[in-house]
Amino acid sequence: MSDRSLRGKVAVVGVGETTYWRHGKSPHPEFKLALMAILAAAEDAGLDPRRIDGFASYSNDRNDPSRLAAALGLPALRFSNMNWGGGGGGGSAAVGNAAAAVACGMADCVVVFRALAQGQFQRFGAAPPGGTASGEPAFNAPYGVMSPAQRYAMRAMRFLHENKIAPSAQRAIALASYHHAQANPRAVMHGRPLTAEAYDESRWIVEPWRLFDCCQENDGAAALIIVPAEQAKDFRHKPAYLLGSAQGSEHRNGARVHNAPLYATSSFTTVAPQLYGMAQVEPSDVDVVQSYENFTGGVLMSLVEHGFFKAEEANDFLEPENLMAPKGRLPLNTSGGNLAECYMHGLELQIEAVRQVRGQSTSQVKDADVSMVISGPMVTPVSSMILGSEATL
Amino acid sequence: MSYLPNGLPSPVPENDGVDKPYWDGARRGELMVQRCSKCGTFRWGPEWICHKCLSFDFDWQKVSGKGRIYSWERPWHPVHPALKGHGPYVVVLVELPDAGNVRMLGNLLGDPRQEVRIGAEVQAVFEPHDDAQPPFTLVQWKTV
Repeated sequence: MSDRSLRGKVAVVGVGETTYWRHGKSPHPEFKLALMAILAAAEDAGLDPRRIDGFASYSNDRNDPSRLAAALGLPALRFSNMNWGGGGGGGSAAVGNAAAAVACGMADCVVVFRALAQGQFQRFGAAPPGGTASGEPAFNAPYGVMSPAQRYAMRAMRFLHENKIAPSAQRAIALASYHHAQANPRAVMHGRPLTAEAYDESRWIVEPWRLFDCCQENDGAAALIIVPAEQAKDFRHKPAYLLGSAQGSEHRNGARVHNAPLYATSSFTTVAPQLYGMAQVEPSDVDVVQSYENFTGGVLMSLVEHGFFKAEEANDFLEPENLMAPKGRLPLNTSGGNLAECYMHGLELQIEAVRQVRGQSTSQVKDADVSMVISGPMVTPVSSMILGSEATL
Repeated sequence: MSYLPNGLPSPVPENDGVDKPYWDGARRGELMVQRCSKCGTFRWGPEWICHKCLSFDFDWQKVSGKGRIYSWERPWHPVHPALKGHGPYVVVLVELPDAGNVRMLGNLLGDPRQEVRIGAEVQAVFEPHDDAQPPFTLVQWKTV
């Protein structure tokens, strides 16, 4: 084990989000949403926003740090960072990148943020008409493979086939998210519970995924504030210390046109061991998990690759009651997640992981000292992170 | 008659030309795959270097078009205007045993609601789009 580690070096001391809207429904432009979430996170921490000196994001967020720093009147910008890759794979990586900057003294107070206004810009789940396609899309779009669901359904299909996964396993993941959203007033699907029957009767989006296997698309923004561990107790709430962060993907995962040698993967087979190594915890130590639901099949593979159960155990493990707070074996997506709280491109999951450590979740797990987030299954790079309470240091 | 309605994006070679021999081959009715000139490793999608031996030298090999379904999906929800009201269609990911088991994508011709079996043998067929601007030919798959 290398002594080069982020374990315990930084803490998340502030979290903030805007109201979450259905896609296209935000009354505010995207840049303003980003500012609102950042100020909310500063307010949550009890921190003067002028102390912010860095920004980290992912998935080509359009709100660039120099404009943010100018708009917020920051004395100086010391760190600006974009994690390559699409989808939500960079959510935990952005936290890791911010943490690395703070841990090594490049910056003192870094914001991790993501903002989306899909009415102002293009939706993810709809393709623009006509035109030409070149590069990777040339081998996909003419066959009707354009949206993220279409892009990744074949990965999941192969995994489900190889491991004889029953439809009820994916359904349990959807039911857990919707169950937790009913307790969370911030959730877009609050007040709209989902039953197993409604899931079974829902339309196919792309086999093997029904409507409720697929994330929402939403408008809003989310932000977290990261400071050095030695300052973490100067703020309003109980700190959530970063125990570990890892990103990447296995051998040739990014081989073009669906040619990754290990195809039936959520991309975490090499990332998860790095994460556990840095955090110095085992899967059995993890009290609560937020796992990015682009599609339920991706969550299933992520949980397998993070060692919570074996693929051949998935049908038995993935029962709704096992995934529900407070008593389930592995409380999952306790805010409602991408499916039912908000598709804030996954960053709402980081916020929920912090709230679990603080004891502030609307579906609180008792003594949640070790709180994991898994970001962006099946894309590359992917990332995951573990937060801990002071007791874990 | 094409499997999917006209109006989907037309494929054009990448602007660095890495995949142009594939698209040119498809116009001729030939399935071309990239192969390392030095170590003979097949590769797909098209790339500038051999991931096995790191040689930049490669050639294009005409292959038989025999394949095996590795995975599949059936989209129902139309995400593109050209697919509105069209209904479901089948996309297959096909391994080519004659070319180092590289995988190619395509539609599985026939009934869009057919049962699809992973491991089933398929054959490449060529679907010309002569009236498209610019014209192109897609490689599709049919069960044998």
